[in-house]
Amino acid sequence: MAAHLSERNFDFMGKRRIALTLSTLLILISLGSLIFQGLKLGLDFTGGTLVEVGYDRPVDLAKVRHLLAGHGFEEAAVQHFGSSREILIRLPATPDLSSADLSNRIMEVLRSDPEARPQLRRVEFVGPQVGEELTEKGGLAMLFALFGILIYVAWRFEYRFALGSIIALVHDVVITLGFFSITRLEFDLTVLAAILAVIGYSLNDTIVVFDRIRENFRRLRRGTPEEIINVSINQTLSRTLITSLTTLLVLIALLVLGGEIIRNFAIALTLGVVVGTYSSIYVASASLLLLKVQREDLLLPEKPESDADLL
Amino acid sequence: MQNRFPLWKNVLIVLVLLIGLIYALPNLFGEDPAVQISPQRGAAVDESLVVRVGKILREAQIPLKTIERQEGRLLIRFPNTDAQLKAADLLRERLGDDYVVALNLAPSTPGWLQALGAKPMYLGLDLRGGVHFLLEVDMDAAIDQALERYQSDIRATLRENKIRYLGVRREGRAVALKFRSREDLDRAQAVLEKNFRQLVIKPDAEALQLTAQLSQAEEKEIRQFALKQNLTTLRNRVNELGVAEPVIQQQGENRIVVQLPGVQDTTRAKEILGATATLEFRLVDTEHDVEAALQGHPPIGAKLYRTRDGRPVLLKRQVIVTGDQIVDASSGFDQQSGTPAVFVTLDSVGAKRMAKVTRENIGKPMAVVFIENRVETKKVDGKTVKVRKRVEEVINIATIRGRFSKRFQITGLDSTEEARNLALLLRAGALAAPIDIVEERTVGPSLGKDNIERGFLSVIVGFTLVLAFMAWYYKLFGLVADVALFFNLVLLIAILSLLQATLTMPGITGIVLTVGMAVDANVLIFERIKEELRGGNSPQASIYSGYEKAFATIFDANITTLIAALVLFSFGTGPIKGFAVTLSIGIMTSMFTAILVTRMLINWIYGGRRVAKLAI
Repeated sequence: MAAHLSERNFDFMGKRRIALTLSTLLILISLGSLIFQGLKLGLDFTGGTLVEVGYDRPVDLAKVRHLLAGHGFEEAAVQHFGSSREILIRLPATPDLSSADLSNRIMEVLRSDPEARPQLRRVEFVGPQVGEELTEKGGLAMLFALFGILIYVAWRFEYRFALGSIIALVHDVVITLGFFSITRLEFDLTVLAAILAVIGYSLNDTIVVFDRIRENFRRLRRGTPEEIINVSINQTLSRTLITSLTTLLVLIALLVLGGEIIRNFAIALTLGVVVGTYSSIYVASASLLLLKVQREDLLLPEKPESDADLL
Repeated sequence: MQNRFPLWKNVLIVLVLLIGLIYALPNLFGEDPAVQISPQRGAAVDESLVVRVGKILREAQIPLKTIERQEGRLLIRFPNTDAQLKAADLLRERLGDDYVVALNLAPSTPGWLQALGAKPMYLGLDLRGGVHFLLEVDMDAAIDQALERYQSDIRATLRENKIRYLGVRREGRAVALKFRSREDLDRAQAVLEKNFRQLVIKPDAEALQLTAQLSQAEEKEIRQFALKQNLTTLRNRVNELGVAEPVIQQQGENRIVVQLPGVQDTTRAKEILGATATLEFRLVDTEHDVEAALQGHPPIGAKLYRTRDGRPVLLKRQVIVTGDQIVDASSGFDQQSGTPAVFVTLDSVGAKRMAKVTRENIGKPMAVVFIENRVETKKVDGKTVKVRKRVEEVINIATIRGRFSKRFQITGLDSTEEARNLALLLRAGALAAPIDIVEERTVGPSLGKDNIERGFLSVIVGFTLVLAFMAWYYKLFGLVADVALFFNLVLLIAILSLLQATLTMPGITGIVLTVGMAVDANVLIFERIKEELRGGNSPQASIYSGYEKAFATIFDANITTLIAALVLFSFGTGPIKGFAVTLSIGIMTSMFTAILVTRMLINWIYGGRRVAKLAI
């Protein structure tokens, strides 16, 4: 099966128009969703209170809601979490409701039901200021990561490659964020970590392809840039697919077995790996062609760039 | 081209793997439920305590594994949590106030491993249960307090030097002084500049005014001091909460992280950490009528207070002693009545004042005012604003029965619990600046258990899937990669244990991800070898150049991932940090195992002989 992969010769770059259209479409949809409805930011960023409670038997949500509303918690959102025996209660960060005491009061209310035996499983309280700072920090971390990578790749390869890998990265991140925006899945700290891991992964993939492109530009005396890139992608294709596959294997294990708390993290990474694999094949390499990369650009690092178009 | 490592290289690699195995081992042994006893206020942990504890537990027929004396504490291991909880309650009751009894999980690492310094990883709060707080010190309040002090010092200095002034007022973050003449202003400026080097004095000759502001260095000093004092206070308070292995650390310029493993009752923890309490001793005003004060006409020199049950009471404005003059406070029982009491010890200044006032007022009532500062966050016009709430209530009025000196007691408290909390708050001292809980994450023990099981299961399943795939796809070479992958996991765990890193749920996800990505280097190498074979090279030459050519690619690809991981690390809040740490270490260990370990194994299998075909 896979033994054939390496002998095949797909014309990837010939299909780059289709890929470009698809990518542009996905990015536009993602950006549209991000601009018009944004992300459903989790507690880490917005501030607020979350209480997870476990019972010894299935629990009726309506009853809990009624109980909470009766004690002045009309704002509380109550849902099942993982099973019918666990519930999750959320309180938004409101001006007069922001203190670490809220979770205690909620537990008191729940314990006032004589038939139920609630057990506290988890409390998360984040003050509004902490959330604001985190949003800022998260954005900065993203920019720093991109910038550091840009510099390293530019130094190891060439500035067009650096731009190409950043284009691929931004592509992956925007689409993953867009997916979270459209599906209204909660975007919390773990998802942010996943996005940063996607940056690392997608880059790893892109660099392997670029490495081969550079090698072939230097080795093969013939062929247009397009042909050389095609050959390079084909040579690295089996590796790209196998690594993605093994990573997806463990991610699926996490998705299925890891429980509720890291579900969104696993979803973000899974999507990121799929999109990242696609982008390292199509987006990154196609950007090189768009940026008109030439063999001369890679022959000698100290050679000045030539703008001569040899096509 | 022999494809053989020199002997030293083989020995070195095998040695690293063995050391890795040894230091990863402790993580397999699990933990014993334990109770930890540490001394308070000069009590001793000695052989007699061991005997005493052993006797208490034997009489109650509670099964135990061992009693160990460690530096300054006693550790008692139990076969199950049931026995642990029973023993803790019993010991708390029997040992009294001299010892702190805390629940703990003690790693059951065998002796020979301990001798090598091998310890298991430390489990994070999300895996063992406990509370994480982020506290913020209200620096504005700290600076305010400092300015208040300077204001009164400036007044006193001007009086001492007989310089007349019209007024000394606070204006925002400065003290403004008005004078009648230019001459006074100049003299004042000279005197103040000599006496207050921490202040920046700016004259305004037109308005005959001086403004004194805190210098930048002084402001920084105040902030640092407030934070340090809070750290110390919190450490004292947490120690008295009876928590095993708490973490109290500074984070950033004005925040403190407090982690209390295994604490379930967060209500009490919050009350004790978040509130700043102090006491004031004042005489009760018995000459004036409370009713008139209630109508809004309090007499001069008195102030209206309320007791805990809401009764109004008039107290004299003059404070006898304040909380920061309290050296020590402990709870116990009043010898005569048997009711809960707090025993207070004052410093010399406080003792002197207390002695003077009580001598002059024997038979008259004195009140203890309990003052609590709480901070509540409110949003006003979309901006987050902090509101400080000051709750003052009279907690106790007692008749002065004689001349107090350094030591005296307060009675009339509701319960032993209240007496204990009050004593605790007093002993920890008044805080320099109010603190405010800005973040809380609590994980209950059941969730912790679930997390560990789930995390463990997903690592095992993911790992097995990858192993199976590699063996099927790359045959013998795949098996070699599997061995390397196993050792990669071992080394990763060994390094995390050696660093005594805290393993958290995000850390586990980092491990899972590392496992998935670790095979990447091997895939790169094996694909290269296949390519070389297809290009018609001999098996030996293919192995050689496969490793050779793949190296640069692996290096580049991993460095970029490492950059991303380091950014994650520097971004550094809890969960992200844990993930970044495991990811970065995982990248390094996988480079070692995927390149060197597989090469060594493949050299053993194929090296130095004629090979017709590779099983790849």
